[in-house]
Amino acid sequence: MTAEHFDVIVVGAGPSGNAATYTLAKAGLKVLQLERGEYPGSKNVQGAILYSDALERIIPDFRDSAPLERHVIEQRLWMLDDSSYVGMHYRSDDFNEERPGRYTILRAQFDKWFSQQVRDAGATLLCETTVTELVRDEGGRVIGVGTDRDGGKLLADVVILAEGVNGLVGRSSGLRNELEPASVALAVKEMHFLPKETIDTRFTLKGNEGVVIEAMGTITEGMTGTAFIYTNQESVSVGIGCLVSDLADKGCSPYELLEAFKNHPSVKPLLAGSETKEYAAHLIPEGGYKAMPQLFGDGWIVVGDAGHFVNAVHREGSNLAMTTGRIAGETVAWLKEQAAPCSKVNLREYTRRLEESFVMKDMRKYKNMPSFLHRNLPLFDLYPRLLSQAAQTWFRVDGVDKRTKEKEILTSFRKGRSLSGLFGDAFKMARAWR
Amino acid sequence: MSKTGQEDRPKVKVEEKLFHNRYLVDAGRPHIKVHPHDKPSAALLSLTHVCPAGCYSLGDGGKVEIVADGCMECGTCRVLCGPTGEIEWNYPRGGFGVLYKFG
Repeated sequence: MTAEHFDVIVVGAGPSGNAATYTLAKAGLKVLQLERGEYPGSKNVQGAILYSDALERIIPDFRDSAPLERHVIEQRLWMLDDSSYVGMHYRSDDFNEERPGRYTILRAQFDKWFSQQVRDAGATLLCETTVTELVRDEGGRVIGVGTDRDGGKLLADVVILAEGVNGLVGRSSGLRNELEPASVALAVKEMHFLPKETIDTRFTLKGNEGVVIEAMGTITEGMTGTAFIYTNQESVSVGIGCLVSDLADKGCSPYELLEAFKNHPSVKPLLAGSETKEYAAHLIPEGGYKAMPQLFGDGWIVVGDAGHFVNAVHREGSNLAMTTGRIAGETVAWLKEQAAPCSKVNLREYTRRLEESFVMKDMRKYKNMPSFLHRNLPLFDLYPRLLSQAAQTWFRVDGVDKRTKEKEILTSFRKGRSLSGLFGDAFKMARAWR
Repeated sequence: MSKTGQEDRPKVKVEEKLFHNRYLVDAGRPHIKVHPHDKPSAALLSLTHVCPAGCYSLGDGGKVEIVADGCMECGTCRVLCGPTGEIEWNYPRGGFGVLYKFG
């Protein structure tokens, strides 16, 4: 059996795999990319927000051809109780700039576009091909992959695993352990279609302006999680996600949570009359720095969700995916240039470069956040309620004097959480944030 | 504690949600299997609620059964029941399974 030999095999055609493959093909390397879906994007799910900076560093003029929905001019952060929200909104005309920094996208369309750029750059893409195993030499070094297609093994000098959150190839090969239920969130999402004018009116938008709403509070029933609403051109993406461990402990159906969120009095009017065209579910690796696996070895590198590269606090993931994919590609291209093998020792350069970028700096900064957020019942239930009560007390004009109102609010917080509890939460929060 | 709870959530049939999706089902070759068992673990039992596609149900004699046709390949069941060894989880064969139009 003679197998065709490639410089690099990339497993997966999501943002990290496409970033890696594009970078390598542009560097003139012979790259084979394998995707199990019928087309790139057919298995992929995201909110979805595209952060321009990460893509600009790969394809500077992406705005000329990429399928972008709306650029984000307003961010709303909502704390919900059962009937209200306390919100912080930031809207700025400054975001109506020539090169906006954030866009809403539809991943199935965006991934197809990205993949076309990858192929135009000279890489070979093979879809409908599930990688089933890593091929190793006698010394244990990864030298290729096996797939569910006939035709034997595919060989390469290095394999880049951009296989997404489930990462079955790396897991079954012993490169990393199974995800912990407390380190991963299950998110469900629906696509609600509405006429563009209706979306513009409901969210006070014009042209291609878009709004992002991130919500937390009693909607997750005390579980660690968040919900979101993103405006696209002619649709609204609505979703909610909670830690898998919390959902399992509570025996909770995520689609029931989604239904409750859609029916919240603050959300329902935004979706009224819409037509649902898709329902999706996906895992998000949210364990942060401490849940990250080994990132490289003899003949292999891991990028994107498979490497647990998600900043849950800032809702960033696809930008980390593209950045790690690009840096992995650059590292391999650099080694190739010097005719150096992709050995474990040489691939240490990959993590050295990651350390220099925002990727590892941010992962490290929030290394204590997941454990702070996990099982933080007050944050996801009590505080949203107290805040809403406080706001209502404050804004109602009902003959009660202001000093009494102030006292009432302070008492509600003390009764709800006790003074030491309040200070303790603030202290823990500050420590995890630092 | 929370005022809202399971009882208060709007009832919804997950089938009506899955109806919107496109699938290419690999007939006769399910990519997830539940191993024969006498009594399901708490984790396996929880899948009858937690699976976002409602693939898991409680069958005869309190055993958990799966019909994976509506599976969205999220991996939640593998994360929960991989360690208990009660299920076997693979990706569908290349090209089969869920086909997202929007993602």
